[in-house]
Amino acid sequence: MSANRIYIYKRYERFWHWSQALLIIVMMITGFEIHGSYTLLGFRKAVDAHTIAAWTLLVIWAFTIFWQFTTGEWRQYVPSMKNVSAMVLYYTVGIFKEMPHPFRKTTVQKHNPLQRLAYLALLAFISPLIWGSGLLYLFYGNWAQLGIDEMFSLEGVALVHTAGAFMITAFFFIHVYLTTTGHTIFAHIKAMITGWEEVDDDHPPAAAEQGGRTPGAA
Amino acid sequence: MGRRTFDWRRWIGGALILATSMMAGAASTPAGGDLPVAAAGGKAASTADHSRFKELQGPFESGPEVTKACLACHNEAGHQVMKSVHWTWEAISPTTGKKLGKQHAANNFCGSILSNEPRCTSCHAGYGWTDKNYDFTNQNNVDCLACHDTTTTYKKIATDAGHPLYAPRELPKGSGRIVQPPDLARIAQAVGKPGRHNCGACHFNGGGGDAVKHGDLDSSLVKPPKHVDVHMSPDGENMSCADCHTFNAHQPSGSRYAATAKDTKGLDMKHEDHKRATCESCHDLRPHKNERLDNHARRVACQTCHIPEFARGGIATKVLWDWSTGGKRGPDGKPLFIQDDHGHLIYSAEKGDFKYGENVRPTYKWYNGVVHQIALTDKIDDSKILELNRVEGSASDPNARIWPFKVMVGKQPYDPVNKTLVVNHVYGQDDTAFWGNFDYAKSIKAGMDYAGLPYSGQFGFIETRMNWFITHMVAPKEDALKCRDCHTRSEDGRLAGITDLYLPGRDRNGWVDLLGGLAIIGAIGAGSIHGIARILTRRKGH
Repeated sequence: MSANRIYIYKRYERFWHWSQALLIIVMMITGFEIHGSYTLLGFRKAVDAHTIAAWTLLVIWAFTIFWQFTTGEWRQYVPSMKNVSAMVLYYTVGIFKEMPHPFRKTTVQKHNPLQRLAYLALLAFISPLIWGSGLLYLFYGNWAQLGIDEMFSLEGVALVHTAGAFMITAFFFIHVYLTTTGHTIFAHIKAMITGWEEVDDDHPPAAAEQGGRTPGAA
Repeated sequence: MGRRTFDWRRWIGGALILATSMMAGAASTPAGGDLPVAAAGGKAASTADHSRFKELQGPFESGPEVTKACLACHNEAGHQVMKSVHWTWEAISPTTGKKLGKQHAANNFCGSILSNEPRCTSCHAGYGWTDKNYDFTNQNNVDCLACHDTTTTYKKIATDAGHPLYAPRELPKGSGRIVQPPDLARIAQAVGKPGRHNCGACHFNGGGGDAVKHGDLDSSLVKPPKHVDVHMSPDGENMSCADCHTFNAHQPSGSRYAATAKDTKGLDMKHEDHKRATCESCHDLRPHKNERLDNHARRVACQTCHIPEFARGGIATKVLWDWSTGGKRGPDGKPLFIQDDHGHLIYSAEKGDFKYGENVRPTYKWYNGVVHQIALTDKIDDSKILELNRVEGSASDPNARIWPFKVMVGKQPYDPVNKTLVVNHVYGQDDTAFWGNFDYAKSIKAGMDYAGLPYSGQFGFIETRMNWFITHMVAPKEDALKCRDCHTRSEDGRLAGITDLYLPGRDRNGWVDLLGGLAIIGAIGAGSIHGIARILTRRKGH
């Protein structure tokens, strides 16, 4: 099979993705221990690890937000309802009939319409939920100083945070499964490691840039 | 000009420093072997050598004679002591306004001092309280030596209303062991600041014996290893009781009728109020290196984590006292006494059944500074277990913190008609005292008559509980409770009994967990089914 390769995930983006993956896995494992689901590290170490991972991810996000805006990559997350039904049809029917993927990745459009919707939901809904409740939880001891002790209850904050954690975890499993839906099982993961995505030549995408390193990569 | 001016201030300052350091050097050299014995805990040396006062050369015939000699110089001391709870055995609760103290408050140990004075008042800071007509205004009856003896040879004997022995006596009667009276002159010449044996003589033996009452106070604290008490251990801070329980004009600090539930002032290094025997008065409000632990102090007393168990010094404390079984006789017709394998009395005809505990896990309760102590004359509700000193507080009370308690289980006589507790006359050489006649009908009647309290003539036994603050025997920090001791779903969790707050690691919402769990299972399940379908359809296609 001949293939064109396009450089789709830039170096910072890959660093961001994998460090975030590691931190989220750490937070899932320690978070559910803090929740009382099992005992692994012990409550205190779990809390410490969870807290350190959270702060680390916040710092990485600060850099990432800067990166998204300076590179214009934020546009990758602008949703569009166009072709969503084609994506749904592909995942429910086409994939089993080895029909071609309706979406072609390009450097300017690397997320398919369903992905855009999913990431937007993650960013606009789950993320504020879990970060907001997480920071409130973290600063529970300072509520009185901050003058917010009448506005929140520890129980409410904890429940919202737990609900967010369940959503992230469910997302995590679906996300990991969907990485196997490339033209080979590990194609997507390989792309996220190397940055290079192989684009199948048998079905050339209409708007694909023909290979080559994209200028402006960070 | 200025450069050439002779700096006289520097020279005088230097000379002063030199002179002071020489004096300090001289003071640190022992003046001879005849210095008074230093009190335990390394007290500062006194400015007076009492052994050279002619007033203290003796001989002294009695305790009050010594007191008279003390008060000749310490002319405020008697009046100060007579205002203190150590003398009055009476206290007004600062929170409830109720008149309490040993004279009025009920307990589930020995009962009331009324009609039993000569035995109970062996721990009175005075002499001669033999009956209810005691003169509380006679300063010569203040006992200075109980607290200020540094020789450890002064002992108030159990049955003489606060007096020590003045002549040799066989103790216990029939044992053939002759006990010599203490040398009052020698003791008077060696007075000093109170050490742990002074306080301990009574406070370690509360309830009638070593370790019986408190659970966190017993004779192991005379010389405890560090793991028993970091503050009092000679290997630790080597502090004595009064280092925390500061006294001002003979008034002690720290009261169980109104223990400070939450110290918001912190350091008291100058002892400006002499009222707080709190952890915070030395350790301040945020003593941990970890901010998260400091934040816990808002809702959790220091003692809760730092005293993981009480009665840790190898001496068992009484945890149950059931008076209702008292009075049994053995097959020989003699009053029955049974000891367990450890030599603990588990049944006494005089007192009933006992249970003991060592290394006991405390019971945790909210406490906001208010104790509702039952007095002897209070109407009680006999339809349920009677809590003799309910501590007030809840999660919604900002002044409350979670505190550790020894909860003493008791069963004691009461009047089921008048609904009051009763005075039981236990001690005395007469035909009504329970310890000798073993007849509750007679002993309770005698006690109530003596006290002048209304009594229906009927008695029953009511189950009671009493809360004892656990604040001593602070363990090394390595032995403090761990996060997981409370933050756990285990029913064995330390705070399993405190359910009016959300405790991370223990509490959860069933709906959130159910729906969340289903979401995760759904995600994994959907992925798996989709994946399997892909594998199957691929095989078909090729």
